[in-house]
Amino acid sequence: MPLQSKHLLGLDGMKREDIQLILDTAVSFREVLDRPIKKVPPLQGKTIANMFFENSTRTRLSFELAERRLSADVLGFQSSGSSVSKGETLKDTARNIEAMKVDMVVMRHFAAGAPHYLAQVIDANVINAGDGGHEHPTQALLDMYTIREKLDRLEGLHVCILGDILHSRVARSNIYGLITMGARVSVCGPSTMIPREIEKLGVDVYHHIDDVLPTIDVLNVLRIQLERDAGRLFPSIREYHNYFGVTRQRLEKAGRTITILHPGPINRDVEISADVADGEHSVILQQVLNGVAIRMSVLYLLSSRN
Amino acid sequence: MRKLKAQIIDEAGFERTLTRLAHEILERNKGAESIVIVGIRTRGEFIARRIARKIEESEGVTLAIGSLDITLYRDDLLGKLEQPQLKGTDILFDLNDKNVVLIDDVLFTGRTIRAALDELIDLGRPKSIQLAVLVDRGHRQLPIRADYVGKNVPTSSSESIRVHVKEIDGEDAVLLMHPEMPN
Repeated sequence: MPLQSKHLLGLDGMKREDIQLILDTAVSFREVLDRPIKKVPPLQGKTIANMFFENSTRTRLSFELAERRLSADVLGFQSSGSSVSKGETLKDTARNIEAMKVDMVVMRHFAAGAPHYLAQVIDANVINAGDGGHEHPTQALLDMYTIREKLDRLEGLHVCILGDILHSRVARSNIYGLITMGARVSVCGPSTMIPREIEKLGVDVYHHIDDVLPTIDVLNVLRIQLERDAGRLFPSIREYHNYFGVTRQRLEKAGRTITILHPGPINRDVEISADVADGEHSVILQQVLNGVAIRMSVLYLLSSRN
Repeated sequence: MRKLKAQIIDEAGFERTLTRLAHEILERNKGAESIVIVGIRTRGEFIARRIARKIEESEGVTLAIGSLDITLYRDDLLGKLEQPQLKGTDILFDLNDKNVVLIDDVLFTGRTIRAALDELIDLGRPKSIQLAVLVDRGHRQLPIRADYVGKNVPTSSSESIRVHVKEIDGEDAVLLMHPEMPN
C-alpha cells in the first residue's frame, strides 16, 4: 500500500490509490496543525534540502514549515547569489548537496523536467515544487484536498480552471489529478492562453466564462502572471477583467453555489474581484493551511522509500 | 500462520474484566469527576469506549473519550521500508489538569506506551496519566507499568497475544498464539 514511486515528480500517470493515500494521510496531519504543539517526530534525523532555482515565497515557506513540523532538519538554498550564478551545472549542485548526506530534495526549477533529471542522478527522494510550465503536483494535491474537505468528494464534480492555462503548471497538475480522481474538468480563458489540443487530456474548453459557470461546482482561478509578459496574450488588464474576471454579479447570474479556489498570490480585481476572494464560498486561505498538511503527507510517505 | 495455543479470556470473562477495570478506575480516582478516557488505536480505542460506558452507567455521568494514533511517535519509523498508515488522533477536549486514563489492549515492550505518553504531553499538560490494559504479557523493554491490569499472562517472547473485540472481529476474546512456524 505504499506509494509506487520514491519521488513525487508530477501527477501525470500517478495512480488513483496513490493520490487517495496522500489525501487521506494529509487528514491526520491537518489535525496536527490544530494542536497546541504543532509538531510531530516522524522525520527526526532526516535532512531535507529545499533547492529553489526560481523565486517562490509561499511554496517555499509551506514546504519549510511542513518539514519542520515533521521534525526534519532543513537546508535552504536560493539560486540567486549561489554557485548557480557562477556557472555550476544542476547535476554538480545537486551532487554537492547530496554529499552533505541529504535524504530528500524539494526542488523548484524554471526548466520543465529538471526534477525528473535530478531524480535520475541522485539517490535522495526528489519532490517537484514546480518545474517551468510543466507540473506543480503538491499545489494540485492541496487543491484536491481542499475541494474534498469542502464538498466531501471529488468524483463526479465539475471543476473549471480559469485563466492562463498555457503557462500554468498548476493547471496541468490539476487536470491530471482531478481526471484520475473521477472529476470532470473544463478549462476557460482567452484563446491565446489555451494550449492547442488540450482536449486530448480529457478536458472541455470554454472561451466564455458565462457559458461554463452554470454547470460547475468548483472554479479554480489562476493568477494572471503580470510579470510574465501577459501583455502579449490579451489587450489590457481591464479587458481581461471584463471578459474573464470572477465577480459577484457573474456568480449570482450563474445561480449556483460555486466553491472558489486560487493558488495565490491574488491580483485583486484583475482575475478575481475582492468581494469574491473574501466571500463565503472562497476557500483560498484554507488552501494555504491545507498546503502544509499535504506537504507533510507527501514528505512522510516518501521518507521511507530510500 | 500462527496457531492457537489457548484461549486466555472468553466472551463472559472479557465483559467481567472490563467491569472490574471500570470499578478499579473509579475507586482509585474517587469518582469520575476529573477523569478523561483515551484509547490507543486500534483495539485500545474500542476497549476504552466499553470501559467508559461502564463508568458512565454506574456513575450517571458523561465522560470525555478520545483516541490516540501513536504512529507518528513510534521509535522504529526510520528503519521501515514503508510508512505505516495513519488512522488519526481524535481528542476533542482539553487535557490540561485532567486525570487521563490511557487504555490499550496489550502491554508488551512498553514502546507503544512511551510513544503515547509523548504524544499526550504534546497535546496538553494532564494532571496525571494512568494506564489501564486488558492484558499484561511481560517482556518490558522500558521502565513502564500499568496501573490497572485485566489479566497478567506469562508468555514466551516468541508467542503472541491476540485480542479480539466485537466491533472489529465479531467476538470478544483474548487468544494466546504459538510461535510462528518456519516454513
